[in-house]
Amino acid sequence: MKPKISINNLDFFYGSDQALFDITLDIPENEIVAFIGPSGCGKSTFLRTLNRMNDTIPIASLRGEVLLDGENIYAPGTDVVALRRRVGMVFQKSNPFPKSIFDNVAYGIKINGIHSGKSDLADRVEKALHDAALWDEVKDRLNTSAFGLSGGQQQRLCIARALAVQPEVILMDEPASALDPIATQKIEELVVQLKQYYTIVIVTHNMQQAARVSDRTAFFMLGKLVEYNPTQRMFTNPDEKLTEDYITGRFG
Amino acid sequence: MENRIIDQQLDLLRDKILLLGGATETAVRKAMQALVDRDSDLAREVLDEDKIIDQMELEIDRLTVEILALQQPAAHDLRFVISVAKITPILERIADHAGSIAEAALVLNNEPQLKDYIEFPIMAETAAEMLHSALDAFTSEDSQLSREIIKRDAQIDAAYKRVFNELLEMMINDPSSTTGAAHHIFVAKHLERIGDYVKDICELNVYLREAAFIKHGG
Amino acid sequence: MASTLSKDQRKRRIVNSVMTGLTAASAVSVTGILLVILGYITYQGLSSISIEFLTDTPKPVGEGGGIGNAILGSAMMTGLAALIGLPVGILAGVYLAEFGDGWYGKTVRFIADTLIGTPSIIIGIFIYTVVVMPMGRQSGLAGGLALAVIMIPIVARTTEEMIRLVPNAMREGALALGAPQWRVSWNIVLPAAASGIATGAMLAIARITGETAPLLFTALNSRFYNFYYDQPMASLTVQIYNYATGPFEVEHAMAWAATLLLVGLILIINIAVRIVTRKRF
Repeated sequence: MKPKISINNLDFFYGSDQALFDITLDIPENEIVAFIGPSGCGKSTFLRTLNRMNDTIPIASLRGEVLLDGENIYAPGTDVVALRRRVGMVFQKSNPFPKSIFDNVAYGIKINGIHSGKSDLADRVEKALHDAALWDEVKDRLNTSAFGLSGGQQQRLCIARALAVQPEVILMDEPASALDPIATQKIEELVVQLKQYYTIVIVTHNMQQAARVSDRTAFFMLGKLVEYNPTQRMFTNPDEKLTEDYITGRFG
Repeated sequence: MENRIIDQQLDLLRDKILLLGGATETAVRKAMQALVDRDSDLAREVLDEDKIIDQMELEIDRLTVEILALQQPAAHDLRFVISVAKITPILERIADHAGSIAEAALVLNNEPQLKDYIEFPIMAETAAEMLHSALDAFTSEDSQLSREIIKRDAQIDAAYKRVFNELLEMMINDPSSTTGAAHHIFVAKHLERIGDYVKDICELNVYLREAAFIKHGG
Repeated sequence: MASTLSKDQRKRRIVNSVMTGLTAASAVSVTGILLVILGYITYQGLSSISIEFLTDTPKPVGEGGGIGNAILGSAMMTGLAALIGLPVGILAGVYLAEFGDGWYGKTVRFIADTLIGTPSIIIGIFIYTVVVMPMGRQSGLAGGLALAVIMIPIVARTTEEMIRLVPNAMREGALALGAPQWRVSWNIVLPAAASGIATGAMLAIARITGETAPLLFTALNSRFYNFYYDQPMASLTVQIYNYATGPFEVEHAMAWAATLLLVGLILIINIAVRIVTRKRF
């Protein structure tokens, strides 16, 4: 089965400092892949190459290719805006817009011209909020400010916002790291459910979260990919000693 | 807050061990029935089904490791997984003993029937009964029932002594019955071992419920 | 009981009290001064305020008169200044915030900061040279332009600061949804910075309302109502200057009243800013 995203020999630089070294891996469709590793190992940087968010950093450059459904997203002339619609992102700290809950979710729909009229828009917003397991909690206050929600709710709102544009892949950069354990659990359950319809890549510094949630895990260190295996294997009998040391907490 | 990922895994584990328990109980009953009713076909069934029981044990082993590695169970959940991990091989060994009883049945069914079984059926029924109750106590986490079952093991041990003496006397008085009687002694021994294993299961039930190890008088 | 406190603790308590007292006294004195000024102005000027005062034009001493034309003139010139200054200033601020990290942006920023610090009379002289002389006479237009030139760098820099305050996370959130850069600036960043920009705009308007020196050369003054921009135009500030420096007591009283009016106006603008920018989202 062809992978959803294929990364081949990716090198990444901040100016003259190399941050990623020769990364090659495949992300299968409708699976959850977790990126783990100590702070500064490059996992977030790598995640951001998958939807070209690093374009916003002037000194960033890279070599190698990132293929989405077989096509290199770094080829000249690629429509980055369309790419980001297909590959959505949820950030570490929830970042709702200073608008109402409804408008937050509707934003992506409107600017991408996906909807066909007011009631269609409302339907899509409702569906996105359902999919993000937030509908019941906000259905009576869609026009209130997004900032009135709790941290966990705001993060689910950001997920709903990302889902509303109907992406194919969802990138999550430590989505629960700013949340309390209950909110974290809700996010984790949500992620597991979402995998039916989306391909998900999740960066986490919490190994146990990777163990609970993902199908495959990639372990990074100092910009290199140390091991990439099914999660079951990674956490019961990893190939690399380095991986085992990290997972058992012997460093990092 | 039910139906977390871990809850689904634990439910799966629970289903599997209950299936294993049921299969083991069936094996014990069938084996004894094969013996008492002199039914060799039934005995062969028991031996075939033992392979399935072995498979179940492997599945449970894999699942317990997976849950421990990936889901970080805590408190009751942790005790549950550990109890299952410890009960599973016990059940498998009980099933093995049932298999041995079935093998004995196959041999004995070719021998003339012994005069009468007195303690035997009672002992067998007690053992099967105890296993059934122990599995119930596991499901409902009933530590009081578990403690009672542990006491009944003494009955089986006593019954075993009586059967042993009975059969010994039989062998002395009627040398032609020696082969049959010897096999019967072994069957009685298997039943006595099954009783001991059931006691082990009950100790684990108490651990699951109370987080106390009562083995070895603890 | 007092011996339960160590020598150190007692010393600390004393220093604490002294400092608290000093700072409180300073705060009181500042507000006190302000209140005294406001009170004095009110006391001096309130009696002269009347409908006639607010609507009539200046008349020879002894015949009453008012500052109606000055009020209108100030409004017209401030309005013109805002019409030019706000769009230019805000757009300049947006540029500086979103794209202004290169040499060009740095230069513009430097010039804007310099202009803000320039005495406004110089701006007046500049407009005199560039507008009044070619036109052959002072005008409301020149006055409005002078005020606009004062306004633009202020608005630009406050706009830039407010836009920079918008967290980058918000921009990234919009980008990640497939918004092009211009969209991000337009319907995410600007609305988020809107209340801050409005504050900056209103404060700039309040500032130019109080300018006198630039208007002296450019708009001069007038004793009549003037509805067109091509003639000298009266303004509150110049009128106050004229009245205050005149020889007659009556004029002084009118100066006080006009001052009271001006101060009241600025106060209202500031209050309006507070109301408009209360956090809704």
